[in-house]
Amino acid sequence: MTAAALRIADVQKSFGPTPVITGVSLDVTAGSRHAIIGPNGAGKTTLFNLISGRFPVTAGTIELHGRRIDGLPPHEITRRGLSRSFQVTSIFARMTVFENIRCGLLWSRGYRYSFWHLLARERELNQAADWLLSDVNLESRRDVPAGLLSYAEQRALEIGITIAGGADTILLDEPTAGMSRTEADHAVALIRRITAGKTLVMVEHDMSVVFDLADVVTVLVYGQIIASGPPGEIRTNRAVQEAYLGVGAA
Amino acid sequence: MSEGLVRTGAPALAAGRAGGLLRRQWPWLATLAFALIVPWFSFDWTTGRHSGFIVSMLSQIGIMIIFALSYNMLMGQAGLLSFGHAVFLGLGGYTTAHVVNAAKSGTLPIPLELTPLVGGLGGLAFALALGYFATKQRATAFAMITLGIGELVTSCALMFQTFFGGEGGVSTNRMTGHSLFGLGYAPPIQVYYLIVGWTAISVALMLLLTRTPLGRMANACRDNFERAQFVGYDPRMVRFFQFALSGFFAGIAGALYTLTYEIVTYDTVAGALSANALLMTYIGGVGVFAGPVVGAVLIVLLQSWVSLLSNSWLVYAGVLFILMVTFAPGGLAGLVLMHQPIWRAGRLGRLAGPYLRLVVPALLVVVGFVLVIELCSFLTIGAAQGKSFTLSHVTIDPRTAGPWAAAAVLLAGGGVWLRYAIGGFGAAWARVTEEIKATGMRA
Repeated sequence: MTAAALRIADVQKSFGPTPVITGVSLDVTAGSRHAIIGPNGAGKTTLFNLISGRFPVTAGTIELHGRRIDGLPPHEITRRGLSRSFQVTSIFARMTVFENIRCGLLWSRGYRYSFWHLLARERELNQAADWLLSDVNLESRRDVPAGLLSYAEQRALEIGITIAGGADTILLDEPTAGMSRTEADHAVALIRRITAGKTLVMVEHDMSVVFDLADVVTVLVYGQIIASGPPGEIRTNRAVQEAYLGVGAA
Repeated sequence: MSEGLVRTGAPALAAGRAGGLLRRQWPWLATLAFALIVPWFSFDWTTGRHSGFIVSMLSQIGIMIIFALSYNMLMGQAGLLSFGHAVFLGLGGYTTAHVVNAAKSGTLPIPLELTPLVGGLGGLAFALALGYFATKQRATAFAMITLGIGELVTSCALMFQTFFGGEGGVSTNRMTGHSLFGLGYAPPIQVYYLIVGWTAISVALMLLLTRTPLGRMANACRDNFERAQFVGYDPRMVRFFQFALSGFFAGIAGALYTLTYEIVTYDTVAGALSANALLMTYIGGVGVFAGPVVGAVLIVLLQSWVSLLSNSWLVYAGVLFILMVTFAPGGLAGLVLMHQPIWRAGRLGRLAGPYLRLVVPALLVVVGFVLVIELCSFLTIGAAQGKSFTLSHVTIDPRTAGPWAAAAVLLAGGGVWLRYAIGGFGAAWARVTEEIKATGMRA
C-alpha cells in the first residue's frame, strides 16, 4: 500500500455544545486526487479548516507525511507543504495579480521576513511568478489590482496563490463554485494540470467535476464519513444515494 | 512598473540605472533640490543671516516628514492604527540627548552627524520591546495597546528622572566639537542641512523597504491577514518587524528633534504628537507613499503660519481632518491620483471650468467659517489676552451683531451656492469619466 500523505484519525470538532465533526478518520494516499462531497452543513469546509490549522481540533489527530500537524498554527502547516484555497475567494485585493502570486512564492523560496532583498532584482522569483501567472492564464491581467478581477479570474488567482508555494498537498475548497459550465471546464483542466504528481483534496458540489477529477470520493454527512471509495463505487453505493444524491426513493 | 531588468553589460546598466533613477524619481530629486535652496530665499544679505523662523519651520518639516512616513509604515502599509507612535520619536530623542551629552563631556566622542543613527537605534530598541506586546494583536486591540503604551511611557517620563529628567526634560548642547566635517553646528542652518541629509536617507530607505519581501507582506497582511498565514507567513511577525523598523525611523526623527531644539521633554512621547502623526498621514494620504510627506508639509505650515495669525489653528487642522476623512479618505495624494486617468486621457482641461465655478462659493464658505471661529476666539481667549480683532487696519468688535450677521450670511449663502456648484461639478466629472470609458471601449 502506498504511503498516506494525510492521515486523519478520529477527528472531532464542536463549536461550543454543537458537534460539527463527530469522528472522521481518513487516509489520503500520496499523489491521489481525493474529493470530499456531502450535503450543505455536512462539515466539509470545517474539516478543511481543521486540517489547515484554521481551527483547533476538539479531539483526534492529523498527520502530514507521518508528522502531527494538529495544534500547529496555519503558517507552520503551510510551511510543511500543505496549502489550501478558500471557498469564499481570499486574495490580497489591493495588490496586483502579479504581487498576489509573488506573495504566495516568497516563503517557500526562503525570503522569510527579509527587508534587505529588493524584489525587483530577484529575477528567478519574478520569473517564477510570471510562469505561474501564465499557468493560471492571468498574464494579461498581470498588473491589475486583484480586487478588480472578474469572479472566475479571482478563482483562478486563488488557485494560483494556493499552488505558488510548491506545496505537495493541496486542499481546494469548491474551486468551481459559482462558475459557468465553460469556466468550470477550464478550471478542471487547470486543476488537473497543476496538481499533477501532487496530493489533491477538494471539496466540490459539482458532481461532473468530482467524477471527472477524483480517484477517490469520500462522502461526509452530518460530520461523519458514510462512504469512501472510487467514484464508480460511490455512484452505486446505496447509502450515499439515500443520504446525499437524493434518490432515496429509488 | 518595470520589474524586469535587462542585462546589457555593466557600464550601460549603470548608465541606464542613473538615467532611470532620474526619470522615475525626478519628483523626489526636485523636492530635495528645492529643500537645499529654499532657506536662501529668506536669506537676509544685509545682516548675513537666515530667517530663524523659516529655518526652524523647514527643520520641523524635515523631522515631521520622517515621522509621518514612519507612521505610515504602520497605518498605510500594514493597516495598523497606532495611537502611540510619538513614543518612539520621544525615546529616540531622549537617547540622542544622552549620547550628545556624553559626546560633549568626551566620554563618547561620536560625531554629531551620526547621532541620528543612535536615536534610530534607540527607537528601534524600544519598538522591539514595546512592539513585542503591541503586535500580539491587530486592528482595534492593537490600537488600544498602543494607546496604553503611549500613556504608560508618558507617565514614565515624569517618574524616571535619570533618563527622562522629569518635567524639565533633558537639555543638551549640540556643539560637541565632534563632527565628521569639522562643523560646529552653532547656526541652525547647519542643523537644517543635517536634517535634509537624514530626511533624504530615511525617505529613500523607507521607499525601498516597501519593495522588499517584508514590505510586500505587510501590504498582504493589511489586505487579508488570514490569507497571509496560508502562504506561510505569521502575520504577527510581519507586524512585529514592521513595527520595529517604523520605530527605528521615528527614532531618527526624534534625534533630529533633539539636535534642533537641544531639549527633549515628555511632550515628545505624549498623545498630542501621536495624534499629529495620524493627522499628517491621513490628510496627506495613507494609500500613496508620498502622501504623508504632503501631509507633514501642510500641517507644519498650518502650525507655523496660521498659529502666528490665529489662536485657533488647531480648530482649522481638526476641521480639515474631519473633512478629509469624510470626503476624501485617500487624502490629498488620493485626490491628486483621482485625476490621473483624466490627465492621461488629456481631458483635464475639461474640468478647469467646473473647478473655477467652485472657487468663489468655496471661498465664501471658508471666509464665513474663519470669521465665526475668529469671532468666537476673540470673544474668549483674545479678550483674556487683551487682543483686538484687526483686519487690514479695521478693528472688528466681536460684541456687536454686525460681524456675526456677516459671517452667517457668508456661511449660509456660500453654503447653498457651494452645494449647487458641487452638483454641477459632479455632473461634469461624471461626463468626463464616461467619455474616457467610452473611448477606452472603442479602442
